[in-house]
Amino acid sequence: MRTKNTILFSMISAFFLIFLISIWKILATLQGLSINSFNIEIIFIFGLLISLAHLGIGDRIKSIYKSIIFSFIFVFCDGYLIQKFPIWYNVGVFLILYFFTNKISKYTFIGLNEEHSTQVILFDFLTLFGILFFSFVILFPFYMMLVTSFKTQIALLVNPLDFSINFGQDIKDLFKSYFVIFKSYKFGKYIVISTIVSVGTVIITLLFAIPAAYAVARLNFFGKTFLSTSILIIYMFPAIVLVIPLYTIFSQLGLRNSIEGLLIVYTATTLPVAIYMLQGYFKSIPKELEEAAILDKLSWFGIITKIIIPLSIPAISSVALYVFMIAWNEFLFSLMFLDNPNSFTLSRAIQYLSGDAETPRQYLMAGSVVVTLPVLFIFVYFEKYLVSGLTAGSVKG
Amino acid sequence: MNDTLANTEKKTAYILTLPAVLLVFSIILFPIFANIWISFKEVELKDIRIPEPRAKKIVKSISDEPTKIKILYKLRNSSLIQEIRDVSFQDNFPKNFEIENLDPRCSYEKYKLKCEFGNWPAKYRENFHVIFATNDGLKIDKKNLKSIKPKLDGKSDNILLNTNFTLKNFKKVLFENEFIDLLLTTFYYTFFGTVGSIVFGILTAQMVNQKFYGRTFMRSVLLFPYVAPVVALAYTWELLLDPNSGTLNSLLLNYQIIETPINLLGQKYIEISILGFDFKLRLALTTVIMFEIWRYFPLAFLFILARLQAIPKELYEAADVDGASPFQKFFNITLPQITAVISILFMIRFIWNFNKFEDVFLLTGGASGTRTLPINVYQQGFAISDIGMGSAVSIVIVVLLLMFMFFYFKLLGKRVDEN
Repeated sequence: MRTKNTILFSMISAFFLIFLISIWKILATLQGLSINSFNIEIIFIFGLLISLAHLGIGDRIKSIYKSIIFSFIFVFCDGYLIQKFPIWYNVGVFLILYFFTNKISKYTFIGLNEEHSTQVILFDFLTLFGILFFSFVILFPFYMMLVTSFKTQIALLVNPLDFSINFGQDIKDLFKSYFVIFKSYKFGKYIVISTIVSVGTVIITLLFAIPAAYAVARLNFFGKTFLSTSILIIYMFPAIVLVIPLYTIFSQLGLRNSIEGLLIVYTATTLPVAIYMLQGYFKSIPKELEEAAILDKLSWFGIITKIIIPLSIPAISSVALYVFMIAWNEFLFSLMFLDNPNSFTLSRAIQYLSGDAETPRQYLMAGSVVVTLPVLFIFVYFEKYLVSGLTAGSVKG
Repeated sequence: MNDTLANTEKKTAYILTLPAVLLVFSIILFPIFANIWISFKEVELKDIRIPEPRAKKIVKSISDEPTKIKILYKLRNSSLIQEIRDVSFQDNFPKNFEIENLDPRCSYEKYKLKCEFGNWPAKYRENFHVIFATNDGLKIDKKNLKSIKPKLDGKSDNILLNTNFTLKNFKKVLFENEFIDLLLTTFYYTFFGTVGSIVFGILTAQMVNQKFYGRTFMRSVLLFPYVAPVVALAYTWELLLDPNSGTLNSLLLNYQIIETPINLLGQKYIEISILGFDFKLRLALTTVIMFEIWRYFPLAFLFILARLQAIPKELYEAADVDGASPFQKFFNITLPQITAVISILFMIRFIWNFNKFEDVFLLTGGASGTRTLPINVYQQGFAISDIGMGSAVSIVIVVLLLMFMFFYFKLLGKRVDEN
């Protein structure tokens, strides 16, 4: 049992080390180092040796000294005997090794004797592996988007693996793509249009949704259940099947290529979600407050503006942010309804830009950064509201 | 007393919900029915523009005679295929204008030129000119004249409103050779995209549910792909996967994992041999599904995480006392607790993936074996400009969706009964 667990433990940790070093090597390659192989075998053997040595030494040396010693040995062997790389690379390897040895330092021979210890180890390492893997896989495209927007056409073609940014150059050269898209491709205008459309959608949606949600949450009327179920069903309904009829109707009414047309469609498509999210919150407000208000002879308008809205600011702002993001990110309808470059939204403008095969991609990426940044900023800043909004009502039990 | 109270409540409720209901019904429900109507018609993109009578006004001064002016109207029927009936024309002039040559179709009263042009066939064009003189000998302001726009009006048939119906569109959609392939592609895309995003959702939720440094940061990072605009993400991926200078191919070449670049988004099949079995993988479709999973697993993650955090800690403590292994805890406690969320997620994501248009459209445009039903709606309706066909495909989508929902709820209902 003990031997089997020891072997499994050292294998798992060796694989984990391979994974850590490989990610670091990929990142180093992308900074322009020429690394042509992962040296998987060597690192695997190192990983095995380090984890076995760690178990063997046990408590005889303080774990911090142990980690430092192991890391130094590894960096020395990897960096100075096998490859010659700059100092920052080796510092990185040292930190990774330090992290790795720290992680394995909580496992001891005694611990390995316990029941399920291999499964515990596997779970622990899989969690670590998952955290690193998913961070890498998710953040890498965003990182690439940002870096590419700072590069020049030639630099991109010469070495597609060089992701380093030269901060030494003139600020005008560094932000050249941004200057170009704002000057030659009118992105300033598109930002204004996108903002007007998104903010407009938020305002109109809230104006329509708050009263409707209040009625669904509080009042008794014929067709109430029908209304609340149809809200959900409509929410599930696909935009793609609306496109052709709306296109024909909007063409005949002259609403294509207009902000009004987009506002109408965006409001209609976000209303069901907004009503659904708001009514869930309104239901949680104590009824007694309104009863007192009714005794004070407040009209429904008074109840909504003086009691409901002030009490549900968090829910309303969450809905507002959510609707803003939907409208800002929307692409399908803007593709269908806008074909005049004077009325493009940001998303549509980027798609239009990419339609020209000649457009350098650093411009495309600069445009992508411009459209992505506001959304990510809002999301990170107001994350708490948004996350509760995203799952509102859907996770009841 | 109580009765009137209930009545006012009802009235208030209707007033409060009416604006939202009207808007949603007119923009969402009405088009679904309009789809049925259009799908039985032979309509092309160019037919839906209502034919308009148009006039371009050109003001020309006549040499040697500053008090006279010639106005040329370039009249035309904007439609190439439809006739306009009973075209009427009206233009206003300053108070000192007298007409010199009056066309028999027109009249000039109170400084208004009114004409009845009769019927204009398709592609009709005419150059119509009138000459005016001022009666007080004053010079003519050309700019002012130009700024007054003539008004034209006419009647034409709206092709969408007549009652000629045909089954041609549905015949073409359903009996086309590619229909089975189209269905299969859509199904693969939907099914694997859904299952993949749920599996990744479970993994990440399980991961973030543990305590580690930077957990809240990790939670926001995991949601990035879901909240960022699809346009930006799709183009970034395209750049990443580009066969010529994309980062992924360059990396793989650099580490000698592959010998020639792989066109991940432009190649329909790739031959793979595993353990001696050769089989063909739909490469571009797989890549698009990967993107799908990458972009939508955060939703599954969020829902499952919320559920995981609601599982009572006592369950796990009891399991620890009983000496359960981590895997036993996962399969016997965690999984049964999240099945309800998973089944909801499966339905939501299945429906949404089934109708996803933007992702595939931006990545491949439906080429190299990634044409799904929603892409087909666009291609039929706008690339081939056959609105009727596009509508027919939309109807097929709606019918398939309703069938899916029906079976899903039946199955779900059965399971609830058994429990």
